[in-house]
Amino acid sequence: MDAGPRRGRLKVFLGMAAGVGKTYRMLQEGQAEAEAGRDVAIGYLEPHDREETSAQARGLETVPRRRVDYQGTALEEMDLPAVLARAPELCLIDELAHTNAPRVEHAKRHQDVAAVLAAGIDVFSTVNVQHLESLNDQIAEATGTRVRETIPDDVLAGADELVLIDLTPEALIERLRAGKIYPRDRVETALRSFFRIEHLASLREVALRQVAEEVGARRVLQAPSLSRHRDRERLLTHSVPQAIGERLLALVTPRPSSQRVVRRAWRSAQRLGAELDLLWVQDHDPTAEEADQLDALRRLAVVLGAHLLVEHGDDLVAVVRRVARERATTYLLIGTPAHRNLLRRARGPSLPSRLLTALPGVDVRIVADRTRRESDELEERR
Amino acid sequence: MSDIRVTLAALVLAVLAAWFLRGRRARRALPAPGPRRVLFPFVGQALSKHALEAALRLARAEGATLVPVYLAQVPRHLPLDTPLPRQSDRALTLLEAVEQRAHQCGVAVDARIERGRDSRHALREMLQHEHYDRIVLSAATNGGDGFTPDQTAWLLSNAPGEIVVLRPGD
Repeated sequence: MDAGPRRGRLKVFLGMAAGVGKTYRMLQEGQAEAEAGRDVAIGYLEPHDREETSAQARGLETVPRRRVDYQGTALEEMDLPAVLARAPELCLIDELAHTNAPRVEHAKRHQDVAAVLAAGIDVFSTVNVQHLESLNDQIAEATGTRVRETIPDDVLAGADELVLIDLTPEALIERLRAGKIYPRDRVETALRSFFRIEHLASLREVALRQVAEEVGARRVLQAPSLSRHRDRERLLTHSVPQAIGERLLALVTPRPSSQRVVRRAWRSAQRLGAELDLLWVQDHDPTAEEADQLDALRRLAVVLGAHLLVEHGDDLVAVVRRVARERATTYLLIGTPAHRNLLRRARGPSLPSRLLTALPGVDVRIVADRTRRESDELEERR
Repeated sequence: MSDIRVTLAALVLAVLAAWFLRGRRARRALPAPGPRRVLFPFVGQALSKHALEAALRLARAEGATLVPVYLAQVPRHLPLDTPLPRQSDRALTLLEAVEQRAHQCGVAVDARIERGRDSRHALREMLQHEHYDRIVLSAATNGGDGFTPDQTAWLLSNAPGEIVVLRPGD
């Protein structure tokens, strides 16, 4: 049976913002590959009138762009059929998140890249972190700027190599002031809007974290049989997952007291840069009051970006164990257990003890009820 | 033999008495949530201490649960259900402060975050989601945080039930 051409390898240069040097580095590595004897061609390059970038492209063959007429305007796009016909060993394709003009083969450039890879051609490409679909909202809130062109996270997850082009916000602003990113008449506007130091610091943090997570995921997926995306999905959904970064699970009940647990869990998740799941193990039909509280918890989870899970079951520990395995939980947070009387103590170990036994490798944290401590102190003083 | 029995019985009684007293003390120390609910919506970066104290006094006098509601604003370019980490951070800090003060006063608390495109939209969401007996809100003074006359007027004409508008002290 003919297996067809091998899929090409995708290397993505990721940056926090325009001007960090993604395209420059891509071209630099392309030049190195060409010098090493590989057949390299530029499929699409967007030099943004930057002299240094254009200089770095010299000597590399460029597949001419094609013109697409759209509503009386001539647009220039990558010529996918020409790239496939040229069939270099390595193709450099800038701006992975670009949206194509109507009436070409694909709506998005990352789909063009997928076609090039499917033809067995290796691809180097570039993208900024704010174009990642899952981060788009978060970055829009942090910077006040929403980018319209996004790529699914799977595209980045499916890349064979990911290179972070890092630059401190101060250095990037210096490059901007020197006119190396935009023409000088646009510099002041850029400094007042997107290129503010606090925005750039947030973006840099997000970019660093994103690459760290991807690297973590790759470390887990080193086994050759797991190197492709389909296998990666299988690993993450059906087999026992391994921890990739941190993931917190907070046990809640539909009562006001659970808010304390949610608050602490969310703050811990923020510090760790982790996802947060909230779990209520439902062992009875909720009363009207509990239903209201559950709605409130659901709304709170949405604001916080957490995931509220409601699982039915009588055995709390068994349900928590199952959910923790499915969600690859690394931290479990629970509220302060109720005081146990002699009878309850005689029945067996406490809930924290049972959870610790049932969840080896998961940190269990009991969220203190500080108000109870204060109340006790007040009581003592009386 | 009977001495041992008596001693054992006394011991059991002593343990039971200690257990009972401890439970009673814990029950007394923790304010039980009242059947009445006092909504206390607020906006902005800070919370008026005077307004909070007034809301707590009212809730305590009625044995009511205080429901502090932080009103978050979702920028128009973002979907309404987008997570809001920065505002959440601010909201949780303020709600924690309210909860601590409320517990010192012996008032039960059930905190909320409501969202909307602006404060009025968030107030409308709050009215849809919450059962309440009374709303206590702090009017803005000297350009500080609080509800504007427009927002207060809107609430007075749209929210059923009793509304207490406070003018926070300096």
